[in-house]
Amino acid sequence: MYRYDEFDAHFVSARVDQFRDQVQRRLAGDLTEDQFKPLRLMNGVYLQLHAYMLRIAIPYGTLNARQMRRLAHVARTYDRGYGHFTTRQNIQFNWPRLKDIPDILSQLAEVEMHAIQTSGNCIRNVTADHFSGAAADEILDPRPYAEILRQWSSLHPEFSYLPRKFKIAVTGAPHDRAAVQVHDIGLQAVRDADGNVGFRVFVGGGLGRTPMVGRLVREFLPEADLLAYSEAILRVYNRYGRRDNKYKARIKILVHETGLEELKADIEAEFAEIRDGVLTLPASEIERITAYFAPPAFDVAVGDEAVLEAAIAADPQLEAFAARNVHPHRAPGYASLTISLKPIGKAPGDATAEQMEVVADLAERYGHDEIRVSHEQNLVLPHVRRRDIPAIHAALAEAGLAEANAGLVTDIIACPGLDYCALATARSIPVAQRISERFASPERQREIGDLKIKISGCINACGHHHVGHIGILGVEKKGEEYYQITLGGSADENTSVGEIIGRGFSYDEVVDAIEKVVDTYVGLRETPQEDFLAAYRRVGDQPFKEALYGTA
Amino acid sequence: MTARLYRAGGFVADEWTHLDDEAELPAQGAFVVPLARFLEQAADLPQGLRLAPLVKAGDDPASLAGHLAALELVVVDFAKFSDGRGYSTARLLRQRYGFAGEVRASGDVLLDQIPLMRRVGFDAFAVVNEPTIRALEAGHDVDVPLYLQPAERAGEVPAGARSWARRPADAQLS
Repeated sequence: MYRYDEFDAHFVSARVDQFRDQVQRRLAGDLTEDQFKPLRLMNGVYLQLHAYMLRIAIPYGTLNARQMRRLAHVARTYDRGYGHFTTRQNIQFNWPRLKDIPDILSQLAEVEMHAIQTSGNCIRNVTADHFSGAAADEILDPRPYAEILRQWSSLHPEFSYLPRKFKIAVTGAPHDRAAVQVHDIGLQAVRDADGNVGFRVFVGGGLGRTPMVGRLVREFLPEADLLAYSEAILRVYNRYGRRDNKYKARIKILVHETGLEELKADIEAEFAEIRDGVLTLPASEIERITAYFAPPAFDVAVGDEAVLEAAIAADPQLEAFAARNVHPHRAPGYASLTISLKPIGKAPGDATAEQMEVVADLAERYGHDEIRVSHEQNLVLPHVRRRDIPAIHAALAEAGLAEANAGLVTDIIACPGLDYCALATARSIPVAQRISERFASPERQREIGDLKIKISGCINACGHHHVGHIGILGVEKKGEEYYQITLGGSADENTSVGEIIGRGFSYDEVVDAIEKVVDTYVGLRETPQEDFLAAYRRVGDQPFKEALYGTA
Repeated sequence: MTARLYRAGGFVADEWTHLDDEAELPAQGAFVVPLARFLEQAADLPQGLRLAPLVKAGDDPASLAGHLAALELVVVDFAKFSDGRGYSTARLLRQRYGFAGEVRASGDVLLDQIPLMRRVGFDAFAVVNEPTIRALEAGHDVDVPLYLQPAERAGEVPAGARSWARRPADAQLS
């Protein structure tokens, strides 16, 4: 993984000093809350319902054991013993005190971490496929490019006061696990016929109150032009993005209102002015950054499969875990493991300090010291030998981390909702917990198969409900929480926005409604292999409407 | 509240006076006028009358391209510090149109944005905010003096192997 050099270390510690000074000037009254707000946001500090919240960047979701242990230390020392992993591969602490935050940031800087631009109207933490560098279907590891983008976007002098936040995601595989088409810029790394690396570039995807799927603006952007082209997009957005209404300020609205062809022409014109200039990436620098992400030296893992098979035969729980949480790896005898942060009935994405330490230990002992955070709010050990899976499973089970539900109905994405968030209009975590309890039976979950349920507690859609196979949106109606259900959303290479099925359900009714939708799907699918999305795309919404609202 | 003009090294007297669209243009002196008025009147200025444009967020600096060679000053207005369009304006003036005169930020100019403004090409700041004036007078520097993008401030030099990294010429990375 990427390691800071002297420059990076100075950069991050100077940034901490700068923020410490800003906090002091805020406390002294030299900065008003309005003036301070964007400064604290660009250092990850939100003011929530009950307290400040600190969001720490985990660039493209990659971290090592030492960094994970430091997060555990922060959880224990400055919070209430746990942290919350987010859909943008970051971690949030919900209970720090403002005066402690500069100290927290300095302790993070010691392990090459920061909270830079995890919030605010700027370029946010760059995300990537959580199986990068490991997945069997990967064309190339997208993380070197994510790292280059992370650097270029850090404290960018021209793009720190954009109309609204700006999110970039990168994938290096044809199967998109990074949801690139619902980002402001989505990049899919590809190779041309001669083996040259480039990107398919999508612009203007996003969720929120106006969900839109990103539009393809470049079929093949040569890797050398990555920064120049990104700068061109950002400049067009900074100059022309709407600033009169924060709900219409994302680049997706600019794409929509300007029209794709005209906007593409604007971007190309801007790019023509700056291409082949200082932002052109030298091949030597791409190589140098790529070297940081060189795969670990994989063993010739002979006989692993037999060891794993034997253990599975003796342990049904391990069998369930291997069936769901083990993913194909490019190296023979290896796998990537999902560590579910969705135990039945618990808050999605939460991990205690002790659990973080268990994961850190396992990564060191079995996983080449690498951990990933997925945008589905789980953790991943990307490189483990298959023969070690039984031992890892046993250790995870002891820590309450062995839920065998990756990709199943209880692997729910949920935003913090009304339990924490100042913007929320309804609770999301308790809804996730109740659905999880309703479908607790492992047999039933496996019978249902792959299913993505995503829950947002308000229209801002942090829980990505628009792209859930089943999406749930909490709204407030006459002082009561209501939940709108959308069906047919997806955030992979065939991204689609879910459609509202009908009138919403009360907090008490919503779990029954979800169960009806799931049972209807199971009843009408042609084979157990036909997943929810395929079935929904085949039959449409009618059977689900009838199940939920009757035929009348 | 009148603005005080800050350039590298300290506060200085401002020889330019702001005029709005209605105010009559005196026969001589140095005046900052809104961009549209500047474009109307720049062609035939009497001897002794100097004009500089006030470019607001949303104004296109391209309209100044033909005038820049003869211009001493362009003022870029920040009605709200959180509106970042002025950063692109300044950068375009320097990068695209090669403007070598003074680019001055005016309006809601605050201490914590000045380091970014410098890097996109601003070299003068008309400051109203009292805490900002105090901090500048005290030489309170809030920059992170290591940069991860090439920009427009003169004197920045490459830092290390990365083609996109820069540092101020006078700073040593020790």
